[in-house]
Amino acid sequence: MPRIVVDVMLKPEILDPQGKAIAGALPRLGFNAFEAVRQGKRFELSVDGEVTEEILAQAREAAETMLSNPVIEDVVNVEVIDD
Amino acid sequence: MTQEFNIDTVENAEGTPDVELPWAELGLKQNEFDEIVKILGRRPTAAELAMYSVMWSEHCSYKSTKNHLRQFGQKVTEEMKKDLMVGIGENAGVTDLGDGWAVTFKIESHNSPSFVEPYQGAATGIGGIVRDIISMGARPIAVMDPLRFGAIDHEDSQRVVHGVVSGIGGYGNSLGLPNIGGETVFDPIYQGNPLVNALAVGALRHEDLRLANASGVGNKVVLFGARTGGDGIGGASVLASESFDDTKPSKRPAVQVGDPFSEKVLIECCLELFKSSLVEGIQDLGAAGISCATSELASNGEGGMQVELTDVLLRDPTLTPGEILMSESQERMMAVVTPANVAAFEAVMDKYGVEYSWLGEVTDTNRLIITWKGEVIVDVDPKTVAHDGPVYDRPYARPEWQDALQADTFRSSAAGANLPSTGEELKSAVLELIASPNMCDKSWITRQYDRYVGGNTALAAPDDAGVVRVDEETGLGVAIATDANGRYTYLDPYVGAQLALAESYRNVATSGAIPAAVSDCLNYGSPEDSDVMWQLAEGIRGLSDACMELGVPVTGGNVSLYNQTGDKAIHPTPVVATLGKLDDVARRTPSGWRPEADGQAIYLIGTTKDELDGSEFANLRGHLGGLPPQVDLAAEKALGAILINASRDGMVDAAHDLSEGGLAAALSEMVLRYGVGARVALDEICQRDGIDAFTALFSESQARALVAVPRSEEVRFNDMTSARGITVARLGVVDAQSGALEVQGLFTASVDELREANEGTMEKYFG
Repeated sequence: MPRIVVDVMLKPEILDPQGKAIAGALPRLGFNAFEAVRQGKRFELSVDGEVTEEILAQAREAAETMLSNPVIEDVVNVEVIDD
Repeated sequence: MTQEFNIDTVENAEGTPDVELPWAELGLKQNEFDEIVKILGRRPTAAELAMYSVMWSEHCSYKSTKNHLRQFGQKVTEEMKKDLMVGIGENAGVTDLGDGWAVTFKIESHNSPSFVEPYQGAATGIGGIVRDIISMGARPIAVMDPLRFGAIDHEDSQRVVHGVVSGIGGYGNSLGLPNIGGETVFDPIYQGNPLVNALAVGALRHEDLRLANASGVGNKVVLFGARTGGDGIGGASVLASESFDDTKPSKRPAVQVGDPFSEKVLIECCLELFKSSLVEGIQDLGAAGISCATSELASNGEGGMQVELTDVLLRDPTLTPGEILMSESQERMMAVVTPANVAAFEAVMDKYGVEYSWLGEVTDTNRLIITWKGEVIVDVDPKTVAHDGPVYDRPYARPEWQDALQADTFRSSAAGANLPSTGEELKSAVLELIASPNMCDKSWITRQYDRYVGGNTALAAPDDAGVVRVDEETGLGVAIATDANGRYTYLDPYVGAQLALAESYRNVATSGAIPAAVSDCLNYGSPEDSDVMWQLAEGIRGLSDACMELGVPVTGGNVSLYNQTGDKAIHPTPVVATLGKLDDVARRTPSGWRPEADGQAIYLIGTTKDELDGSEFANLRGHLGGLPPQVDLAAEKALGAILINASRDGMVDAAHDLSEGGLAAALSEMVLRYGVGARVALDEICQRDGIDAFTALFSESQARALVAVPRSEEVRFNDMTSARGITVARLGVVDAQSGALEVQGLFTASVDELREANEGTMEKYFG
């Protein structure tokens, strides 16, 4: 069953408290290579049958209006994964 | 990452007097810009313009209300000042509680951010008010949130209600602070302008009191807490001309995002700083950020300060100097530290893992000098920024429509015809009332908040007042209630504001506490509309007169204006919070009777008049007109004294004030509080007050309360009330067996019926 993956991130200028907390924890656990962390969300929308352009357009619209909060978040990726 | 800016220095400003500046886009008026030029004797630099524009905004300067707000400071007696340790003007007022304890509390608005982004708006509202409390040297002990939303069935209310409630819960619960009350009102008038007010209360020992001033020449200025980002920068984007490149992050303004865990660390870290006496002055960063903190600290202290702005730790390195000065990033504090304490201060910061940076020092030059890599970009008299902003006497006049509105009484309207009169009709009216959006059970909201965390909460919603213990040894504590009725205030702005105070005063007294201080959040429309300005002027006059009469001083608060969509303003909504003292919270009076109260007598204190205009019942019938209930402050004071004394002497086991929804709502709520029934009769009050059963149940006459008196105390209770000339009527008894509210000769409603009506509404819309 194909899935449409939607990735949502906080807008770059918005504070990301979770990312900040992870960034603080990494070096404490010995991971020293990372300068900063931003945490986002991934949605998987399963589709019964083929993903048509129409379905994809619907997914994009849902991503912009319902899966993300356009005031503070950006949809950074919408793609189809065929298992 | 290094950033190159075309820095607008003071020297540059002097040399280029004719540069066009975006003052209008930053919200300044022509006369205000001219005044800035006059003060400086030259055009402001971009950074100075940023500072003046935010500090001279309505929000920070109170320019439309200053002339009216003075009354809160003028209408006070020596008696009212007795327990007042810090009055209006500081971050929050401080009241002496006895035993070396003091309490500080304040209510603020976060209305417009909560409409834009409900979760973060409401969350950062809590964060901001809690920092005000910390900056007085106090440990925050509880929060409260009075809320006003649009129509319950409006599509957008889903977004706003869910967001605001989870934002308050998410932030407050993470801080470990109990949310002990507030109110929730739904009215289409707030559709595009929801009101999200936040109150915080803190306790401190007298010696821990701290004020916001930068004293001691040579003392160091430090900024600590979260890093500075682009949060909440309003018009600063128009200052982008000071930047060379346009590779900045996406467009501003940015929503402020709160981080409650950082705030929790900040609370503990500040309390340790206070305990070790490591700071001379401290100020939280809220609206107007560093602009506000530096100019207020400097002008309240020795008068001068020198700050290097590139030393501010940034989350977003592309910020321009003007943006850094205006940023409203959360969870930041500024403090003044003596050179001798610098090392100890740093040790505390390191212990809590709090980032800090030293920005500069206190001077006695009477100038606030801000440099960017050593070049002067701000050189101002801090008083002109913080205190000497514009003050307007805005024109106001009684609206032309006010007379027609007041003439349109409920009884004379079509909505007031065919009122319920039979038992069956009255019963369904009661059930309809307690199921209505404003009167229904709000536990869908309050159960998302921690109400008992910390183990010091003695009463919380749905009781009349929130009660929280301050001293675990003695039980010393405080009670707080917030109230406002926008419909009353719309009908009569002067009386409506007084009624808001009367109700919150009554609620505090109902819990058994002695009212001691008031904080107010004045939510109104645009002051540039003479109708609204009149409502505001009348509201402040009414509230200050009433405070004087009740003997409770206003210790601080906030004004929120421009709550309107187009030319349609919200109802004037002065939310009044009253704080009361309780010697021992174990003696608080709950607002309902328990099964053990079986057989106790139920008394109604006060008289009932035909006062249905602006009532919840009229609202149910879609009517708003006439005159609000009369206000009788002497009667409120007498009622308060009875409730306090009766509570102290163990004469009442339960007490509930009568307000919205009248006796019908109060009886139902007392029955529902612990699911214990009652048998009452209305004949005596109907006969005595010359009213019918409908009026007895739904009138909203003031200065009334219901109490449950143990049989053994009835004689004493009657003696006390008659000695004081207080009218009481014995309505009936608590009945733990019946499982119903029986209004004799009219109807019987089972506890289950009442509960189903009362509890279903919020679930239906938001569950």
